[in-house]
Amino acid sequence: MPTTGGAGGVSDTAFAANARALPVKRLRHPLIGALALAVGIVVILPVISLVFVALSGTGEDWPHLIANVLPGAMRTTLALLAMVAALTSVAGVACAWAVVAYDFPCRRILSWALVLPLAVPPYLAAYAFGEFFHYQGPVQSLVRTIFGFQTIRDYWFPDIRSTWGTAFVLASVLYPYVYLTTRIVFLMQGRNIADVARTLGARPRRVFWRVLLPVARPAIVAGVALVLMETINDIGAAEYFGVRTLTVAVYTTWLNRGSLEGGAQIALLMLVLVVLLLVAEQWARRRQRFHAGRGTHLKVHPPRVALKGWTRFAMPVAVALPILSGFGVPITIFGQYASRRLEQFASPDVGRAFGNSLMTASLTATLTVAIALFLLNAQRLSKTRAMAATVRLASVGYALPGGILGLGLLFVLARFDNSVDAFARAYLGFSTGLLLTGSAAAVILACTIRFVALAEGAVRSGMEKLPASLDEAARSLGKTPAQSATSVLLPLLKPAIMTAAVLVFVDTVKELSATILLRPFGFSTLATHVYENASRGVPEEGAVAAIVIIITAMVPVVLLSGALVRDAEASL
Amino acid sequence: MKINNARSAIAGYAFAVAALFTTSALADGVVNIYTYRQPDLIKPVLDAFTADTGIKTEVLFLDKGLEERIQAEGQNSPADVIMTVDIARLTSAKEKGVTQPLVDEEINKLLPAEYRDPEGNWFGVTKRARVVYASKDRVKDTAITYADLADPKWKGKICIRSGQHDYNLALFSAAIAHWGPEKTEEWMKGLKANLAKKPDGGDRPQAGAIAAGECDIAIGNTYYVGLMRNNEKDPKEKEWGNAINVLFPTFENGLTHVNISGAALAKNAPNRDNAVKLIRFLASHEAQQVYAEKNYEYPVEPGLEPSETVKAFGTLKADTLPLVDIAKGRKAASEMVDRVGLDDGPSS
Repeated sequence: MPTTGGAGGVSDTAFAANARALPVKRLRHPLIGALALAVGIVVILPVISLVFVALSGTGEDWPHLIANVLPGAMRTTLALLAMVAALTSVAGVACAWAVVAYDFPCRRILSWALVLPLAVPPYLAAYAFGEFFHYQGPVQSLVRTIFGFQTIRDYWFPDIRSTWGTAFVLASVLYPYVYLTTRIVFLMQGRNIADVARTLGARPRRVFWRVLLPVARPAIVAGVALVLMETINDIGAAEYFGVRTLTVAVYTTWLNRGSLEGGAQIALLMLVLVVLLLVAEQWARRRQRFHAGRGTHLKVHPPRVALKGWTRFAMPVAVALPILSGFGVPITIFGQYASRRLEQFASPDVGRAFGNSLMTASLTATLTVAIALFLLNAQRLSKTRAMAATVRLASVGYALPGGILGLGLLFVLARFDNSVDAFARAYLGFSTGLLLTGSAAAVILACTIRFVALAEGAVRSGMEKLPASLDEAARSLGKTPAQSATSVLLPLLKPAIMTAAVLVFVDTVKELSATILLRPFGFSTLATHVYENASRGVPEEGAVAAIVIIITAMVPVVLLSGALVRDAEASL
Repeated sequence: MKINNARSAIAGYAFAVAALFTTSALADGVVNIYTYRQPDLIKPVLDAFTADTGIKTEVLFLDKGLEERIQAEGQNSPADVIMTVDIARLTSAKEKGVTQPLVDEEINKLLPAEYRDPEGNWFGVTKRARVVYASKDRVKDTAITYADLADPKWKGKICIRSGQHDYNLALFSAAIAHWGPEKTEEWMKGLKANLAKKPDGGDRPQAGAIAAGECDIAIGNTYYVGLMRNNEKDPKEKEWGNAINVLFPTFENGLTHVNISGAALAKNAPNRDNAVKLIRFLASHEAQQVYAEKNYEYPVEPGLEPSETVKAFGTLKADTLPLVDIAKGRKAASEMVDRVGLDDGPSS
């Protein structure tokens, strides 16, 4: 049973125990340690700056917040988190298992199409769902036609503009995080221990529940953690549906009651909540290790069970449901609006926004993956608690609302620029002006800081599959840590690295709040272009850019899925 | 691979920094605008300005944190002019010290004193009224007061966007100034009890809710009706706009709540002369006409008529309550919305 000790099967446990006894020294390279610490600090600078903002407050907002705002906001947020976690883990895990373990019509297409909803920003999804389930939308119109209702008062229809509705919308576009992280585990490892369990007499269903699910748990948790952080920092969907979460409270306190300090205090409270969730989960699986015993296991491709009878056709339908919801609904609504504005596809504004999105997203993806690899490898080699804490801390910013994180970074950058400028004026006799504030570099930096967690999560779940014995073996054969990382770990991590890069790329294309706050003059991305229209009440005018966002985000998603499948199948 | 990463990162950084300097704010013949108003809404006016003066405009649209950004940028801020809606945003810019006083005879001659800061820290350039959208089919009333919105006869029939939105906070703050906090809170409880559903969406979807039969009256801004009725692209919007009549609700003084959109001269404006020219232009007859015709807003220029669509609503009698009083009550209004639980909707 994989719940205690090494999960790699009987022989592997023995192997792992031997590996631990090998006399490979921990890495104590001071330079790498210092560099990792420095990177970690840069990444949490915005959070530190927000702590200072929060501490400068008087706390005068709290009597009102405690009496009238926080109890409700806390309840709503927790309910939202619970519902989204439940929906995404069920949909993500079930779909991952279905496409890895079974063969059925359209399996290949569905296995990559399952990732598509990731391309849809939550605030656009909320708008699309609002229209789709609106009284005048297609669903209710159909209901009225079928049952012959005349007015809205003739029948009851669930209101999508509610906490559960928000949860449903967010889950529809966020479940791919869980699907992706879990599928990697099922592809990389799941099967061989499943085979062991089956030769020991366990039935397939039992194998799934008792062996594969526990083994996949770290990956599921990694995916759900990303989902929850996106849920807690969401402002677009919650605001549009009138659901008052903690993030909404942050913004009303800051903007409507003029207390940025109070807003920052609530935001930090949210961070504590997230950290507690993560710590609790870590504690719950403190004794577990899940990795394959040997490198060869990583390349074993699982044979799929061909479905027969009605399940052969029921399965593709079931697997298509989340795609229809998270991708079909938004593309239908925005496609309809865009079809009336086809000329905008050639508009120079949309073209420029596309170019900027592409540049920002590729640079951010490259940077975050490099940082995640560096930090995780440093942690893997040094094995100290301080290093593990640094790496963990580096990703908490993801839980903050983007606008608040952007504000924290804005203060840091402006302070830096103005200090450099003051120095130059005093000692060099010229002004350097603002170097980073209001530059495209600031936008990229903000996205990098915001999305390091994504890359870190994806790479970590890949790295946890790799036994320490792998690079210890490489190093005992005379490779340096760097050589071992590039020649042994990197090739094995390729699926995880590609997943990380795509996740960050897609999220950067969708990123709005920090970009809009930090960007230079005339710098529009696709997301800001859509938002400029949506925020004056005409999202229809942004439909073309919305479609371009979805397509832009789709391309790497599709490439990734193709590459993952090829990778897995090439090793057969 | 790592080397490639580093190389592209450096290249990207160099590119980004170069991009920064090419859009640098200090060139002649430029005015830099930080705006809370969406670029498409101010574009017609800015285009007319460039055509008249040859001065180019650089626009940076922010949805929040505009004041904080200028504050943080300090004396190096490239911002020349701040444009925003809502009186509270204008006074907040002044309070946060990101504006500077501008006393200009020409501007003061064009703009009525009630729509500008006495010290010249902000200038109102358009106004909009917060009115009642009433179903053409189901509402026969031709007059309504703000106080009536709490009358139980409307139980289950009113739609409104979030009470925490700028436009509603300004209306509630005006109510507090007219009626005092206790009476306003009672009124807000009555309004909440009359809601048909939980507040959400923007002003336009409230008209949509009336068209769908979810509610009979809604609270919204005037210009949205003009934009909906003249929307040639989306038939749905036209239908919404035509499903409603505009009623001008009044306080006891017989006047209707209005808010403004405005402009301010930024504290460290590097292109001060151009900035002053722009603000003068915004106050001019030409710009006022563009605002009226393209955006369906009310011009602040005395005697200038609004667009035909807007004239068809009837005659606006704008409240004379000083705008700064409305801005002052914003925090109290925001707390009241939370206390009453307006955004929870009618049920709780």
